[in-house]
Amino acid sequence: MAGKKFSRTWLTPVVAVLVAFAIGALLIYIQGADPLKAYQSLFSHAFGSWSGIAKTLGKATPLVLSGLAVTIGLRAGLFNIGVQGQLVTGAFAAAWAGYFIHGLPIYIHLPLALIFGITFGAGVGLIAGALKAYRGIHEVITTIMLNSIILALVDYLAGHVFQEPGQILARTPHILPSATIPKIFSLPSGFFFAILLAYGVWWVFQRTTSGFRLETVGRNKSAAWYAGISVKRAVLIAMAVGGGIAGLGGGIESLGVIGRFEPTFNTGLGFDGITIALLGRANPLGVIPGAILIGGMRGAAASMQFDAGVAPEIVDLILALVLFCVTAPFLAKWLKSTEVGAKITSGWGN
Amino acid sequence: MSALLEITNVTKTFPGVVANESISVSVSAGEIVALLGENGAGKSTLVKSVFGMVRPDSGEIRIKGELIAPGDTGGAIARGVGMVHQHFQLVPVMTVTENIILGDEPKRGIFINIKAARAEVIALSEKYGLEVDPDALVEDLPVGTQQRIEILKALRKDVDLLILDEPTAVLTPQETDELLQVMKNLAASGVGVLFITHKLREVMAVADRVVVLRNGRVAGSTSPKETDEEGLAQLMVGRNVVLQVEKGEAKPAAPTLEIKALSVNDDRKHLAVDALDLEVRAGEIVGVAGVEGNGQRELVEAICGMRPRLSGEVLVAGAPTPDMHPHGVHAMGVSHIPEDREKHGLVSSYSIEDNLVLNQFDRAPFAQGWIRNVATLEENATRLVEEFDIRTPSIKTTAGALSGGNKQKVVVARELSQDTRVVVAAQPTRGVDVGSIEFIHNQLIAARDGGAAVLLVSAELDEILSLADRVAVMFGGKIVSILDAKEAERGLVGRLMAGLSA
Repeated sequence: MAGKKFSRTWLTPVVAVLVAFAIGALLIYIQGADPLKAYQSLFSHAFGSWSGIAKTLGKATPLVLSGLAVTIGLRAGLFNIGVQGQLVTGAFAAAWAGYFIHGLPIYIHLPLALIFGITFGAGVGLIAGALKAYRGIHEVITTIMLNSIILALVDYLAGHVFQEPGQILARTPHILPSATIPKIFSLPSGFFFAILLAYGVWWVFQRTTSGFRLETVGRNKSAAWYAGISVKRAVLIAMAVGGGIAGLGGGIESLGVIGRFEPTFNTGLGFDGITIALLGRANPLGVIPGAILIGGMRGAAASMQFDAGVAPEIVDLILALVLFCVTAPFLAKWLKSTEVGAKITSGWGN
Repeated sequence: MSALLEITNVTKTFPGVVANESISVSVSAGEIVALLGENGAGKSTLVKSVFGMVRPDSGEIRIKGELIAPGDTGGAIARGVGMVHQHFQLVPVMTVTENIILGDEPKRGIFINIKAARAEVIALSEKYGLEVDPDALVEDLPVGTQQRIEILKALRKDVDLLILDEPTAVLTPQETDELLQVMKNLAASGVGVLFITHKLREVMAVADRVVVLRNGRVAGSTSPKETDEEGLAQLMVGRNVVLQVEKGEAKPAAPTLEIKALSVNDDRKHLAVDALDLEVRAGEIVGVAGVEGNGQRELVEAICGMRPRLSGEVLVAGAPTPDMHPHGVHAMGVSHIPEDREKHGLVSSYSIEDNLVLNQFDRAPFAQGWIRNVATLEENATRLVEEFDIRTPSIKTTAGALSGGNKQKVVVARELSQDTRVVVAAQPTRGVDVGSIEFIHNQLIAARDGGAAVLLVSAELDEILSLADRVAVMFGGKIVSILDAKEAERGLVGRLMAGLSA
């Protein structure tokens, strides 16, 4: 029985990915290139060598975290579209702490810089959470608006207030060695941390009272309130924790990969998180394969262009198709499970 | 005379279940046919076949002699068949008028002629004697009134055949009697009525013919003239049922639940409970009888901390309970079987196991600090499923997959398995099958005998009369009379419920 349930749960994401790749192949073929060769190049660069895998996992690290941020929201009945803004805020805050604060040993400086990222990411999430909890404003609206505000704000900060001296580009100074995330066997160590965190989040939902609270609020707010669970607090927690994890993802990018904050990096990480969370069926462990797949494709897109003459944007296209294929059934189900949806779809019961 | 509706040998199987097996039913003009059966007997499936929402495997359905193709969703409606659903199909934020005219609005130019619509609704409601306030918002109205709007909506479309799916499930005795009269009037004017129900009294009162379904088969066809309630009940469940609850003498002790000068507003901010006083002693069942909408719902919600109290207090064993804090009230030993089990009582997508601890998941032994204790949860669920006769394939099954009766047993099991000093049961058997009703009644009596103070609020007068040791009649937000079970005779209680003096 477990096997049957398993296959039914994961059928949608697997089919979604396959369909997206099939349509992608057709588009590559229309371009006049060989789809087989293109995909072969994509996958051998992403997964075929030690250095390829290292690159893939490096790319997957912030994606696991942004996927988790979206997942926590979904579990609590919230659609957190603001992961991009939360992640970028975290990336900026961590980078600032990484270059501005001097004279600390790495075992203090690095965690401190990451805590900066987490705190600021959580703060941004909390704004949307508070607007939802206390004013009833829908989180989709507020997080989209916050995304725009934050992207403009960090652009300004990195281009003016905290710009690297003598630099024309909008970017902060380079972080100090004492805030740089070391690599383990040439693998970015942030990845292992992200996996541990995914497992931790899964465990929290599976086994703890806090996870049960969030999940109950996500499934039936009236029943949650009636059972003594504070809906407001659950919304605040889900948005703050999601924002914090996104902020951590941004911090790991700044401190482990980019070495500073630069607004042109980090683009799309939060939005890929939505695809990954939905591919993972809002399961915290489910984000891992999705993040690795998408991380690999992102990392190897340029090599594919070199080998097969296919524009790297084809990867964006395939990911858009994945999102499209995976959301259609998911949205239908979500609509049915929410209170409004239940009103629309009810009628013929018992 | 040819039949309006002729269902012949309809069979429908779902994976693992035969929902309908070779069922034949016909309804002629001017006739009331009752389709009687327990929950899950196959009544709804049969009606869905008529409307094309279920495709029968075999058999045929004719309306006015014309064959309706399987899966033809518009065929029945186009031929003048109207339907009143068990679950409301109303837009809560719209007014009564807007809901009734929805889909076929009187127009002036491109605008809705709301004045004409309003007049039409008033005329309609007078014609059938179904009183509604055309300007009220549907979301503010009690369920009984919402049901009335559903019926008006169906009646507006000049129907020849009206199908009513458990229409009285949510109505008060008075509203039910009114509806039964409406059905008779409709039949007298030549409309055919197919009345789906599991209530014997109503069948006896209005039906010309009765078709009894059991486990997807026709268990028998009869008429009220040829049989009585006992006979129908036997056909329905296939065994003798005890309609009268058997219980011993109550041994009441000190008052455990004390309600003092409690005032509460309803959703429209009108006073619904007016300085109400009531005491329930340990070891007795006090039944609150009243026409729905006289403040019973508000009373229950205020006691259980789900609705703000304007003034007054609610004491449990002498200690004041918190306002607007359902969990806090619960923690003082107040078990509550809520009126709306789907909204408050259960999380339908959760397993039975999780639903059984919904309001105590964070307490020992179900959690140790932050960690939920999986072994205890399973133990608890396995024990309660057995003890409360919850019919389910597994404790991991989601509550939403259960039948109405079993859902309610999950709620009852959770509430009554805890250490409880007070039980507040609101409409505990609404939409529940006969077998489960009997079980739930016995559980309430067991709670009483275990020393709990039980407050029972029900729109089913029979339920109150057979369970309660004392009957408190509620009218206009006050308890107008408290009767001993011995002196609470049906006619007397009915008069008091209507606001007349004894």
